[in-house]
Amino acid sequence: MAVINWFRKHVIAIVAGLIFFFLLVPNFVVIWMSFNKPSGKYNVKWEKFSFDAWKNPLDDGILHDPLMLSLEIALLATLVATVLGTMIAFAIVRHSFKGRGFVNSVLFLPMAAPEIVMGTTLLALFLNTFGVSFLGFKSILIAHIMFCVSYVVITVKSRLNGMDPMLEKAAQDLYATPWQTFWRVTFPLVAPGIGAAALLSFALSFDDFIITEMTAGNSVTFPYWIWNAVQKGIPPQVNVIGSLMLIITLAGIAIAEVPKWLKTSKAR
Amino acid sequence: MSKNTETPAAGGAVAGDLKLVNVTKRFGDFAAVKDLTLTIPQGSFFALLGASGCGKTTTLRMVSGLEEPTAGRVLLGDHDVTRLRPYKRPVNTVFQNYALFPHLTIAENIAFGLKRRGVKDVKKPVQDMLDLIELSHIGARKPNQLSGGQQQRVALGRALINRPQVLLLDEPLGALDLKLRRQMQIELKRIQTEVGLTFVHVTHDQEEAMTMADTIAVMNLGRIEQLGSPTDLYENPRTTFVANFLGQSNLWPGKASGTVGEHLRVRLEDGTGVLIPSARNNASGDEVIVGVRPEKMSIHASADEVPDGRNMLTGGVVTDTSFVGVSTQYVVKVAVCDELGVFVQNDGARIFRPGSDVVVSWDPSQGFGLDGKQDIDAGAEADLEAGS
Repeated sequence: MAVINWFRKHVIAIVAGLIFFFLLVPNFVVIWMSFNKPSGKYNVKWEKFSFDAWKNPLDDGILHDPLMLSLEIALLATLVATVLGTMIAFAIVRHSFKGRGFVNSVLFLPMAAPEIVMGTTLLALFLNTFGVSFLGFKSILIAHIMFCVSYVVITVKSRLNGMDPMLEKAAQDLYATPWQTFWRVTFPLVAPGIGAAALLSFALSFDDFIITEMTAGNSVTFPYWIWNAVQKGIPPQVNVIGSLMLIITLAGIAIAEVPKWLKTSKAR
Repeated sequence: MSKNTETPAAGGAVAGDLKLVNVTKRFGDFAAVKDLTLTIPQGSFFALLGASGCGKTTTLRMVSGLEEPTAGRVLLGDHDVTRLRPYKRPVNTVFQNYALFPHLTIAENIAFGLKRRGVKDVKKPVQDMLDLIELSHIGARKPNQLSGGQQQRVALGRALINRPQVLLLDEPLGALDLKLRRQMQIELKRIQTEVGLTFVHVTHDQEEAMTMADTIAVMNLGRIEQLGSPTDLYENPRTTFVANFLGQSNLWPGKASGTVGEHLRVRLEDGTGVLIPSARNNASGDEVIVGVRPEKMSIHASADEVPDGRNMLTGGVVTDTSFVGVSTQYVVKVAVCDELGVFVQNDGARIFRPGSDVVVSWDPSQGFGLDGKQDIDAGAEADLEAGS
């Protein structure tokens, strides 16, 4: 009986714990396996603790090119999509123009359409318009910008919609020029949304496989490289880079959040 | 735009009255404000009173520059500011929901206007303002950590610190509870007297307008129904809308039937003759609506108790009695009106129960006459709606 009662009392905590475990365990496995020293080509079975992979994260340069390509594309796609998407979001929320509804639905398409469909369509488009030599960095970048823009618009739009329109009027009323109103009031309030949109874009682009595979031509991105590597064996360096990505993301969140926590706790 | 419209610098180099001349504002087919002409003297506490949708907030926004008039001119002193951008006008607003910047601290919110105008050292004026609004201890907090009343004061301080030529208040107390509202009303009035700025206050709360303002403009359907001091508006309403919207009025239609000295005799629908002062009759023709405020009326058990010379409605039956402490409010059914209101001071007078047969009376000097061609219920529903 006592056991049942205890269980009843703590059931929510137990379920929550299980969910967190379920969500976080893959991350821990990634980090854990990065310290493995596999005997064969496949880093799937734990054998021996070692720093080897961390000391040589690019696996003697084999990983260098795919990783750099993916990072480059992800950064560029994020930059362009964030700027473009933010401007589109402002246009849609703040102005009424002919075809606003149409723009709104078209922006949903890349999110709604199956990736494999988007990929093949884009491939056909690039091949027919520019020819096979166009496939590679440029085609991947264009494809990534296209689907990232949708996510940026959605994210920034919801942030903008949640903002009290009177705040900008109040700023104008308090002698702020349109330029000052934007940089002193609108931008700081929408920035978290833009930041989230940028992070989302980066993650989406960095890890995209299907559309990339279709439009890449002979170029090899990081996810594409891993996909190929599975057939020959995966080195622990993949786990190292995975772990690094995780750490960088966490650090980014910490940098963004910690000053806020400090500020609010000081003000109380 | 001519060159000189650009010149009024923020901070109030130009002194003078605020004038609206033939101002009209249309949104599509709907005219929110119709050909409005109004002068608000410098240094006065002016209230624009009306139900929601009467055009009062639109009028305010045309003064602040957040809306541009479709036609007409807005003048500050001698300067035409009609087309001047809001950030160039020496006018500040206290917004209805405060519109405090959530990402800035209280002190930063208050300093905002000064900084935009390029004031270098804002520390001292901000501190002084925080002292004035009694929030110096929480200047480092963010707006969402403050109560409604505190946020209201920050909104006021943020506008006041700029010493605008005109301070606009858009239902500034609407979000506060009753007790706090009364307290803030007194405080606002005190601050206005202290700083001597022109305050233009938009409200639907007639009590609030009467307590604070020197002059009230009652607005209805984009027009000013009547303008005057609170006492003038209350004692001498010129339209049924004002009579019903500002306080309560008992109104009965009738026909003029000759004069008796300085009084006009009006025959009500049931044949009863009553007198109203000729000077307080606003009707142009024979058809007159007689109006009397409920607190000007007395209630009696029989006609014998009514002193000579008073107007009288006999054959009344009390249908409702509410004891509200300082007074007792009766609803009486008489021949000319089903729901006649009578407020009687609780000075020891007898209290009539519902069902009692009564006679109501009032001194002829206390009645007023309105033009009979208007809707007798105008403003009554608006008041109910706004008073919620």
